[in-house]
Amino acid sequence: MLDLTESLGVAAGLILHADPVMLRTIWLSLVVSGSACAIASVVGLAAGGWLASKPFPGRRIVVAGLHTLLALPSVVVGLVVYLLLSRAGPLGAWGILFTPGAMVIAQTILVLPLLAALSRQLVADGLRQAGDPLRSMGATPMVAGILVLLHERWAVATIVLTAFGRALSEVGAVMIVGGNIEGVTRVMTTSIALETSKGDLPLALALGVVLLAIVATVNGMAILARRLQRGESSWGEP
Amino acid sequence: MALDHVDVQLGGVLALRDITLRVGRGEFLALIGDNGSGKTTLLRALHGLVGHTGSRTVASGSRRTQAMVFQRPFILRLSVWHNVVIALWLAGVDRRERPERGARALQRAGLDALRGRPAWTLSGGQQQRLALARAWAVGPELLLLDEPTANLDPAARQEIEELLASFNREGMTIVMSTHDLAQAGRLATRIVQIDRGQVRTDLPASRYFERRRDAGAFPSAQGNPI
Repeated sequence: MLDLTESLGVAAGLILHADPVMLRTIWLSLVVSGSACAIASVVGLAAGGWLASKPFPGRRIVVAGLHTLLALPSVVVGLVVYLLLSRAGPLGAWGILFTPGAMVIAQTILVLPLLAALSRQLVADGLRQAGDPLRSMGATPMVAGILVLLHERWAVATIVLTAFGRALSEVGAVMIVGGNIEGVTRVMTTSIALETSKGDLPLALALGVVLLAIVATVNGMAILARRLQRGESSWGEP
Repeated sequence: MALDHVDVQLGGVLALRDITLRVGRGEFLALIGDNGSGKTTLLRALHGLVGHTGSRTVASGSRRTQAMVFQRPFILRLSVWHNVVIALWLAGVDRRERPERGARALQRAGLDALRGRPAWTLSGGQQQRLALARAWAVGPELLLLDEPTANLDPAARQEIEELLASFNREGMTIVMSTHDLAQAGRLATRIVQIDRGQVRTDLPASRYFERRRDAGAFPSAQGNPI
């Protein structure tokens, strides 16, 4: 077993020489988390916009439930999806357990409450000021919600980037439903967990550095989006 | 349009009480009153934005024949042009008509040269003119305005007033709330004074200002400061 300094050296070599195993793992992580985020964004933004713009009986309970789901542990999501997709489960016929497809489903479920809750808040805040003007112009509640999302597009970008970061960084759900199979379902986080448990640090360190770099980039993009949002005056302030 | 014995309750408070008000075609009606008197609520009731008891009659039908401009103009973070086009789309204007109507509206408001500019970079006065252009573009018979010049400097205020006066000369009915009695004197044909959710005074503008002069409250309706 290499000591820390040697491991860091080997890790640096893996990064600099673009180790194929490392690259494949990174690519799979980006594809799985990116796909989950894309699907969850479409559903979550629509759901959030609808919840904010369309009053209905029990809406407060639904919103409270949504906020509770924000704290959903990733392993619980993984467990539920595993039970659904296992051979004995209701969706066992799909045969996608221990595939990237199952991982996408699990991460979609994981980040969906985040996207829905934050977009609901964004639209609700926006409609407090823009609701009357938009209704006055003839917008239905749903159209008003969409226009608010369009108006607050940089804030929406921040929400989506946050969800992507969450998906990319989680390990529990993808470990359970993916099985961490080399070359098939092994992503950065599960690989780091495995390599560390084996005491084989270089790949874990290399992936850790790359994961940090990606997360930092995502965060930087979110900061840029917030700055662009602030640069545009809000709601007609002169 | 008419409101007959209308009450409006907001948050458990009776914001408007037994309001009966008729607005005739071509009138320029100024709603005056202190903060919290119910001017904004009355405008919203006229526009159908708040629930009410009593009856609200609109001669021409739906809210689409009306337009409302709010004190803080709502401007989408898009270009000047797209702000107008989206308003035309929301009003159900045929897509073939939108380019021409949008262009005429911007020209009318003196914003044609700025059509490609991000709307959020406009000054306060320009944004309010954009809001008016958007409202005018849909061809309303009734234009409602909630203190449209409250946040503007004198030059911008004059531009808005000239635009409103020209709309009214062309036959558009206008109901405008304002704190500025001098402005009401310059623009309005009729003054309605609101106090604590009720109509206290409803007079032609000339008679209103005569009464105030006689009472020694307002030296001139021509714009002299109080």
